[in-house]
Amino acid sequence: MPLILTEEQTMLKEAADGFLSENAPIAHLRKLRDSRDADGVSRDLWKAFGEMGFAGVIIPEEHGGSGLGAVEAGVVAEALGRTLTPSPFMGSGVLSAKVLTDGGSAEQQAAWLPRIAAGEAIVSLAVDEGAKHAPSRIATVAERAGNGFKLNGAKGFVLDGHVADALIVAALTETGLTLFLVDPKTQGVEIERTVMVDAHNAARVTLTDVEVDADAVIGSVDGGEDLLEGALNLGRACAAASLNGAGDQAFQVTLEYLRTRQQFGKLIGEFQALQHRAAHLYSEIEIARAATIGALQALDAGKPNAALAVSVAKAKAGRVAELAVQEAVQMHGGVGMTDEFDVGLFMKRVRVLNELLGDAGFHQERMAQSQGF
Amino acid sequence: MTDLETFRAETRAWLEENCPPEVRGPLDNDEDRVWGGRNPTFKTPAHKLWMERMGARGWTAPEWPKEYGGGGLSREEAKVLGSELRRIGAQMALSSFGIWMLGPALLQFGTEEQKKRFLPEIVRGEIRWCQGYSEPGAGSDLANVQTKAEDKGDHWIVNGQKIWTSYADKADWIFCLVRTDPAAPKHLGISFVLFDMATPGVTTKPITLISGKSPFCETFFDDVRVEKENLVGTLNRGWDVAKALLAHERTMIGAIGEAGGGRPLGQVATDSIGSDDEGRLDDLMLRARVAELEIDAAAFRLAMERAGDQMKARQAHPAIASMLKYYGSELNKRRHELLMAAGGAEALEWEGERSRNGTAARDWLRTKANSIEGGTSEVQLNIIAKHLLQLPGA
Repeated sequence: MPLILTEEQTMLKEAADGFLSENAPIAHLRKLRDSRDADGVSRDLWKAFGEMGFAGVIIPEEHGGSGLGAVEAGVVAEALGRTLTPSPFMGSGVLSAKVLTDGGSAEQQAAWLPRIAAGEAIVSLAVDEGAKHAPSRIATVAERAGNGFKLNGAKGFVLDGHVADALIVAALTETGLTLFLVDPKTQGVEIERTVMVDAHNAARVTLTDVEVDADAVIGSVDGGEDLLEGALNLGRACAAASLNGAGDQAFQVTLEYLRTRQQFGKLIGEFQALQHRAAHLYSEIEIARAATIGALQALDAGKPNAALAVSVAKAKAGRVAELAVQEAVQMHGGVGMTDEFDVGLFMKRVRVLNELLGDAGFHQERMAQSQGF
Repeated sequence: MTDLETFRAETRAWLEENCPPEVRGPLDNDEDRVWGGRNPTFKTPAHKLWMERMGARGWTAPEWPKEYGGGGLSREEAKVLGSELRRIGAQMALSSFGIWMLGPALLQFGTEEQKKRFLPEIVRGEIRWCQGYSEPGAGSDLANVQTKAEDKGDHWIVNGQKIWTSYADKADWIFCLVRTDPAAPKHLGISFVLFDMATPGVTTKPITLISGKSPFCETFFDDVRVEKENLVGTLNRGWDVAKALLAHERTMIGAIGEAGGGRPLGQVATDSIGSDDEGRLDDLMLRARVAELEIDAAAFRLAMERAGDQMKARQAHPAIASMLKYYGSELNKRRHELLMAAGGAEALEWEGERSRNGTAARDWLRTKANSIEGGTSEVQLNIIAKHLLQLPGA
């Protein structure tokens, strides 16, 4: 498989870029932020995302989605990274849609997948608990109670959790991990919106003696680990794509500045000190892109090394986007520090995407373990 | 089965039968490489057999057309061949500047006679080439070539000096930049010619490097006769050929960053330093650096593959080779710094059997040339800034 987009994928990319730059450019993010919007995310835009076929890109056609793969999800995620658009796409259209598609019962799928695909429902995956992404150290517990389970624990960094119509909660059961579909209105569920540095959306979710029926289980009891890992890996690869989108867009804005800003009677892009840094960054961005499409394709092909490819992509894209936004602010000089210029917004978004689903260190650790050192 | 799956099955079967056990596994000494040529050396008879078998099939140059001795494979088939070779740890059957550099330039610029004459023997490893580019006064400023070719009707008489000519003392023929019009602007008076290193007037002198080895030579031309039929491309437009060839050379140098052949760095470090109770390298600081390098290396391998795919799909700017060269050479330098750190005091040995005469240290020192040869990292960054980023005044 060539490591480039097919014609259909290129058309999807153009459609997503076109739609977002028209309907949700950075001004859209600013408006939500500056008006202190109660949700921090636009339900209308999510609906439109559904109509365009983006929200359900990976959801099977029989459930109202487009039935496409990881590469296509990555294309949408990259476009969202470019425009910094707050969207339930990652939480609902990627993570939750993947869990439900792979492990949901017929009833669960029928109840949620068509609504996610239509941009009508927001379903949030609650995995993280501490400061860092560590799905192997989940402490939330689900004990058997009556004909169901009783959940206790605290989750954080739950994407769109404050506006979720349903939560998917990862909890420890007797011998393993189990995923539960939880109605956020259930007694004992407390949800607190966390306004984040990048003005995107997440929540803290506290579960105190939350009772759910046995049919809330997604997949099998104690068998949630692989199901979760499959969704997380797709999410990580899409986060890498978003990082590429954000990093590259910050770079493009910076290149334009280098071509137009004058100092000492010269365009600053004439200075070799800046040219070489820009050229280095270009190289890094190209390499991060290759790693990301490689990972997305490996997921679609079901390659045995797909998880490792995902870690390579997430770690590399994270470090590269971090460099891109640092250089963007530095090369803009003083105006790069102002809220009026967009480059600072890219820096904030990249910080969040870097932390999401495992930072470069997390994925580097997976590389070391997979290579046996 | 799809055609590609059939091809994979056939390739696997052929390799199983034809790839001798002696040529499987990492190449532990760069000097064991097979370069072919008129006076070839082989580590074992199996290495000779392996080169001949692969050459006869055209698989030393898998994507070249069959009519010139190549394998005639599609890009996807060539990838399958590559992955099957990696699967069994096969060593490269033939290392060759003819395949990596001259061949692609001949395919693009050569006459039909030149292609028929030179390409098949390149594929079979019967001719070894060297590259006459750099001169004492033409390093990063490569177009400042001063080696003169004087027109004598049906031939030229060449006088001048080249430097950093890799393996000039072992090569059979040279592809060489010479100045054919001293009056023209520097990029417009250069021609690209081929000649036999056994021609009277050609002498070579190896240069001892910091590694103690002499892979490079000074090469002198004293009234060397070069036939006009051995001009590649248009007279005085050799710079076009030179640049196209440089792109292949840069991609080749970049490929060292892929580090396909050697043992994984983490394994080398673990063997040298040991592991803790949890199986982690017993030097956690080094472990983190190794893991970071392996992330970059894995990403870079995909970037190399993607660049090839883009070129095939005509979506790539030729200057992308500069990006690969820059990144791959810097990556290889980093890898060898870490290999030295992994080896510790053991890797400092310069002589003796245990260290195979200081292979680790000598290889480490050799890599420092990676970001100089074929155009320095700084030259590559200039090219990227100018051609890929269109920065002003670059």
